[in-house]
Amino acid sequence: MKSAVPVRAPAVRLGRALAVLTLLLLVVAALAVWGGGQTLDLASIRSDPTTQTLLFRLRLPRVAMAALIGSSLAVAGAALQALFRNPLAEPATLGVSGGGAVGASIAIALGWGARISGIPLVFIAGFAGALAAVFVVHRIARSGAILLPGALLLAGVVVNLIASAAVLAIQYMTDSSRAMQILRWIVGSLDVVGFDTVWRMLLFLAPCWIALLALSRELHLLAMGEDTAGALGVNVERCETAVHLICSLLVGVTVAVGGAIGFVGLIVPHAVRLLFGEDLRIVLPGSLLLGAAFLIAADLVARVAFRPVELPVGAVTALIGGPVFLWLLHRRQRYSAL
Amino acid sequence: MSALLDARGAEYAYPAGPPVVRGVSLEAGRGTLSALIGPNGCGKSTLIRLFAGLIEPARGELLFDGAPLRSLPRRELAKRVAYVPQASALAFPFTVLEVVLTGRSPYTPRFRFENAEDRERAMQALATVGAAHLASRRVTELSGGERQMVAVARALAQEPQCLLLDEPSAALDLKHRAALIRTLAQLRESQGLTALVVTHDLHLIDPLFDHVFALRDGILAAQGPPAEVLTDSVLAQVYDDPHVRTRRVDGRTLIWSN
Repeated sequence: MKSAVPVRAPAVRLGRALAVLTLLLLVVAALAVWGGGQTLDLASIRSDPTTQTLLFRLRLPRVAMAALIGSSLAVAGAALQALFRNPLAEPATLGVSGGGAVGASIAIALGWGARISGIPLVFIAGFAGALAAVFVVHRIARSGAILLPGALLLAGVVVNLIASAAVLAIQYMTDSSRAMQILRWIVGSLDVVGFDTVWRMLLFLAPCWIALLALSRELHLLAMGEDTAGALGVNVERCETAVHLICSLLVGVTVAVGGAIGFVGLIVPHAVRLLFGEDLRIVLPGSLLLGAAFLIAADLVARVAFRPVELPVGAVTALIGGPVFLWLLHRRQRYSAL
Repeated sequence: MSALLDARGAEYAYPAGPPVVRGVSLEAGRGTLSALIGPNGCGKSTLIRLFAGLIEPARGELLFDGAPLRSLPRRELAKRVAYVPQASALAFPFTVLEVVLTGRSPYTPRFRFENAEDRERAMQALATVGAAHLASRRVTELSGGERQMVAVARALAQEPQCLLLDEPSAALDLKHRAALIRTLAQLRESQGLTALVVTHDLHLIDPLFDHVFALRDGILAAQGPPAEVLTDSVLAQVYDDPHVRTRRVDGRTLIWSN
């Protein structure tokens, strides 16, 4: 199928993307703050302590959390798809989510309910597990000083498989209530009270976002091929290592706090591409905005679809993401890597 | 004529592998069109990648215009040397113009997009290879030959002093192979472009190429004008094939193996 694509200047497309997606994010965030198991009575915000608690201690932090995690998973997905030159790459292919799941599962199974400096031990254990997975995958995929993207992808997938088996074993060996807690953690949750966790996450995540945006040109060139990027002035080894580590940190933090929320990193970059083109210098910032909007919307659906029962947000992203993934495969003639 | 590309005892081995380039010393003169020939696995592509700065020699030195290659920042090297790898598929459906515009990235500040002048130069590069009509098409919809022409256009958009091409004609039909070599010769005449071309298309070398380097087992086995290298005895030794025959017809050398 031959198609002619209108060739608008990328700066115009970036401006359009930022405007449209920012507006979408604001609208979705407003709906998510207002809606839910109990809709907010905006008129009583100033006078009603219950409404104030609902807004400032529950709704706003939860929407902020969804935005942080959605942004991070989406921008990491976009970066990894360029790094691996594979449209099917996503944060789960790093092995980080598997490592995080093992760490958190161990903490839950052992009943570690304490906090350190206000941070739940489960979060710390999840992050430690995520870092361990990064270390293992990185060591396996190195050949001397060179990082091999193909080996990175395979090692990440295999580490995730091993981690899934380990989590199953932990669930079998622990009691039923903790096994259910582990399951709830794995499918993802954006439950948060207050902004403390949100600010702490932002301290880690914001520098990673900025670093990836600063590398957007390199990633755009890497998406064309390693040799092409190298011939155009990119230090390919350094860039690939940096992107891998930044994405690992992004995913490690989000997994430690929110659990293994899948598909966001896979489908959001593709949605941005479909709307605004393939240029990574547009796809990366676009994924930040659309990832936030997508997870906020998914969380809203999780809260209201079967209220008063609240679905796990990871189940909603999978129920949306799965069919979208199949549709992407159906359109595979557009991608030579499939 | 001063050398633009200069290899002095270059050696290279891929990790955990045997040496692929073994003590190669050669000079490609400024404003010359040179062919790099040899059997499969003799180190041609590796030598080209060394000159492109993608890998560094384990021993020896590589010079560009008299200066060590490693002394040049990567983006500065990319303004002087353009490399076209062997044909490979792109994973994403970029437009042809997007691909060619990446050739302008060495000239573009980090947080800026390519400007109108860059787009103009990219379109000129596409026109030079006869592919301007493909600008708005997606690369994933192109034939292998068309993708290769786009890759050459991307390299030309870098406005290099030197082009390094690794088997650029492998996916091209007869018409486009000859057109590519004629284009390189015209750029040599009009802009003083230097080119080093890895090729198995020995028929295309004479008469447009100025010089031939023949590698065998990572060693420079022969070099000289086409008339001196494209002979029965030299090619038989280079390709380890006693059945190779050459014949000059109408000012060009025909090569075959009985």
